[in-house]
Order: sequence, then C-alpha cells, then structure tokens
Amino acid sequence: MNKSLSKFISMVQNTKKSGLIGIPYVWLIIFLLFPLLLIFKVSISESILGIPPYKDIATWVDSATLKLHFEFENYFIVLQDKLYRFAFFQSLKYAGLATLFCVLLGYPVAYYISRTRESLQPLLLLLILLPFWTSFLLRVYAWIGLLSKKGLINQFLLSLKIISAPLPLLGNGFSITLGMVYCYLPFMILPLYTSLSRFDVSLLEAAADLGCPPWKSFLKITLPLSLQGVVAGCTLVFIPCVGEFVIPEILGGSESFVLGKAIWTEFFNNRDWPMASTIAIFLTVFMVLPITIIKRVHHEGSAS
Amino acid sequence: MKKSRLTLSSLILGYVFLYTPLLYLIVFSFNSTKQVVFWTGFSLKWYGKLFTNSEILKATLTSIEIAMISATAATILGTISALIIVKFSKFKGKGFFEILVSIPLVMPEIIMGLGFLLLFFNLEAWIGWPRVGTKSAITLAHTTVAISYVCAIVYAQLINFDKSLMEAATDLGARPLKAFVQIMLPLLTPALVSGWFLSFVLSMDDLIIASFVGGPGATTLPMVIYSSVKYGISPQINALATLIIALVAFALGLGYFLHTRQKKALEVTEP
Repeated sequence: MNKSLSKFISMVQNTKKSGLIGIPYVWLIIFLLFPLLLIFKVSISESILGIPPYKDIATWVDSATLKLHFEFENYFIVLQDKLYRFAFFQSLKYAGLATLFCVLLGYPVAYYISRTRESLQPLLLLLILLPFWTSFLLRVYAWIGLLSKKGLINQFLLSLKIISAPLPLLGNGFSITLGMVYCYLPFMILPLYTSLSRFDVSLLEAAADLGCPPWKSFLKITLPLSLQGVVAGCTLVFIPCVGEFVIPEILGGSESFVLGKAIWTEFFNNRDWPMASTIAIFLTVFMVLPITIIKRVHHEGSAS
Repeated sequence: MKKSRLTLSSLILGYVFLYTPLLYLIVFSFNSTKQVVFWTGFSLKWYGKLFTNSEILKATLTSIEIAMISATAATILGTISALIIVKFSKFKGKGFFEILVSIPLVMPEIIMGLGFLLLFFNLEAWIGWPRVGTKSAITLAHTTVAISYVCAIVYAQLINFDKSLMEAATDLGARPLKAFVQIMLPLLTPALVSGWFLSFVLSMDDLIIASFVGGPGATTLPMVIYSSVKYGISPQINALATLIIALVAFALGLGYFLHTRQKKALEVTEP
C-alpha cells in the first residue's frame, strides 16, 4: 500500500479516536469542572445586593488595568461563627450515627443473604433494592405519618397502654438519624453482600474443624475479609448523609441545622451566594475529600 | 455454616423496617377520609383527585420528558467514557478524566446543584443558553450526573469482559467497528439497560438539583411533591406513592422473571 495513503488512514483514525475522547471530555469540563471552579470563585467574591448577588473578582478599572479583589472574609466567618460550627458538628453527628446503625443492621442482613440458598439470593437482594427505586422524597414523607404525635406508632403504643403520653419521635435528632438509616440502608447492604459472598466458606469450616469457636472465627476470618465491603458501604452512606438536605428539612425540627440546610438557606432565603459557596467548599474539603482519599488508599492497599 | 437465629431475626427486622413505611403509604391511600392514623373505610377518591390534579399531571410529564432525554444522552456519553477508560491506551489527561467522571458519585447533590446554577447563570449571561429555570437546564444537569453512574456500570461490565472474543473476531477479519457492534454491544446490553433505567430513576427522583436550576417554567414532579409535603400529610400524595411503588414493583418483577427464565433456558441448553 502507498505509504502516504496508510499515513493518511492512521491520521483519520487518530482524529476519530480523539473525537471520541473529546465529546465526553469536553462535556465534563464544561458541565462538571466549570461549576466546581465557579463555586470557588463565588466563594471568594464580595457579596452585594443585586443580580447576581456577588461582585466579580476581576473588574476593569480602565481599559488597561484589571483589578483583582479576593474576599476571604466568608472563610473566617464560617470558621468562627458558632452557628456554622454547630451545623458542621450536627452534620458529622447524624452522618456518623446513620453510618453506624447502617452497619449494625446491614451486616447481619447481608450476612444472612450471602449464606442462604443461592437461588434465593437474587430475590432477597431485589427486595432490598425495591424501596430505593421508588421515590426518595415519598419514603421520607412516609415517616411523618408514622412518627408524628398523632402518628401510627404513637397511637399504637398508646392503645396498648405501653405509654401514657405520645413520645416526641418527630422533629429531633432521632427522626433525622432514623430517616437517614432508612434511606441509605440498601447502599450498605449491597457492598457488604458483595464482599461476604465472595469469600471462601471452607476457611470457616477449617477453623471450626481445628476447634475455633464461631464468634472467634467471625472476628478473625469473616470480619477482616469483609472489611473492604464495610469501608465501601460506609463511604456510600456517610457522604450523602453529610450533605443531606431533604431528610433534616422534612423530619428534623429546630435541631436540624446541618450543612446541607445551611447552604440551602444561605442560597434561597438569604440570597447570599458567596456564603453558600463557602460552606460548599468547606463541606467538600473537610468531609468529602478525606473520605474519598481514605477509601482510595484502603482500596489500593487491599488490592495489592 | 449454620445460620444463627440472631441473623435471621435481623434479616426479618431489616425487611420489616424497609417495607413498613411503604405499606403505610399504600394502605392509607385507600382511606375514605383525610385521616392518616385511623381506618375509616375503603375509597378510591384520592386517586380520582390525583388524576384531575393538573399541577401534578403537568409536572409528571415534565419529569418524564427530562428523564427520558437525559437518560438516553447519559447512556451514550457514559458508555463512551467507560470505553475510553478501559479500552484506550494511555493518553494525556486520562487520569484527570477518570477523576472528573467519578466526581458526581461522591459529591453531595446540594453542591452539584449550586455549581450547575452558577454555571447556567454565567452561560446565560455569556451566550444566552441554557437559561436558568428551563427544562434544558435541568436536562443538561441530570445528564452530567448520570454519565458517572452509567460509566461506573459499563466499566464494571467491561473489565469482566472476555478479551479473547474481540481478538477472535478481529483475527477472523472483522473490522473493529463491526466487531464492536456484533460482539461487544450485545454483551454490553444488560449494562446499558440498567444504566439507562438508573439514570431515568435518578432524574425522576431528583429534588435538589432541579430546585436550583429549575423554576416556574420547569417544575418537576419532586418539586411539586416537596411543596405539598411541607404542609403535612396529604392522601393524594399517598395515592401517587402507591402508583409509583406499584410501577416499580411491576418493572422489577418483570425484570426478575425474564432474568430467571433466561437463566433456566441456559441451564437446559447446556449439557
């Protein structure tokens, strides 16, 4: 074949290849990278009254001089203000509690499913996933009817004379944690199931044959071998919970001032876009980033 | 290994926990009064009211339109992204691409929503499109988030994919495109289908991002549900929930049935 022709063909193929790479690459840069950079930019802009409610960090003084102005005041406010610190710790507390209870409830469930008859496993997993495919908002909403003072649970307990006055189940930390556990439990069970169903059961038989009591073989064999699933499940639950808005807003009362709600309030109610952006940066840097790094390190550690 | 009573009881507890709220929604959607605790008699009137609620019907159509378009776009772009990560040799910026495509999987929705709003606000000022508060803004945002999920699903399928099949096809003279269409695509179909459905459901279900970039001109179903939920329990919303649950159960049941039948057929044909 003619040399220049084959060169031409390979060139065409290369452009085709870079075109294929280019489409999603450009898409993600425009619609994903830019938004995140814009959040940072707005977080160091000065808040003003107007549309948009922030001043550009770069302004032309005259046609030749560009004046840059970075406003880091919001960062100091978030660090020093009691309210934001409160929101920060509330988010951490609820996400931590929800993750903990998801492990405690999800582990035995995943364990049972992974040890049951193989033909039954897909059906059991399907039933775990079914609520997830229905509306998130409506699943949170259902708990209002169950938990409120006149709700189903209180009426049930009252009619059995177990309690004499309705319990305050709604509008507090309890209902927020419960809602989070309810919504994110499937995200814990699935990775746990994957890691539990993968490991070799003969290891446990060997341990039992050698006289190892079941609780000890659980601690020494099952738990370490399923640790990767635990870590994966915990990140899948913790990260959305720490930025959660819907659950604290619907199920939480006055105690529900978490980071997600702080961003929402600053943006929609106070129209303070720079402050909303600053809180978003804090949420990313102090919550999302560390967890993602921990997961990555753990993943690479167990892979090698 | 013997299954202990403890794990069985926690399994049952787990399922009771997951299904009690759903059952509660279903049962009280058929109640004859607005009562949400005491049963007062069977009635279908909330369904009747739901079907004449023009606000909910309009929002449902808007949501379906956005979800269909964004799921389709995300399935195409997400599949290309997964192919780039698995099949393409190293190119400049590949690592960065991998990080970029995984961001929506870990970023809280509220941050994504804020970012999309700032982007569309600026784009509107620079080039006039897409305008904040339109269906296109929500569709673009949903597509971007769903690309990551599709990419993750297709990626998982691709790395388990038997390389020798493609090699055999190209060795036997099939052009790369033909080998892709005839061999890889059929094997990828389950991943593409689940990716599409996941994207569809994520879009139908999203409140946060739609609240940031949507508006009076583009109101999705979750936005309408949210504004009504804020004022407490409404049996009409229970009726809506019941329909959604029934639809999901039917779709999943059908998928499960087809899957097991296919599996059985394979077991029969294999010696």
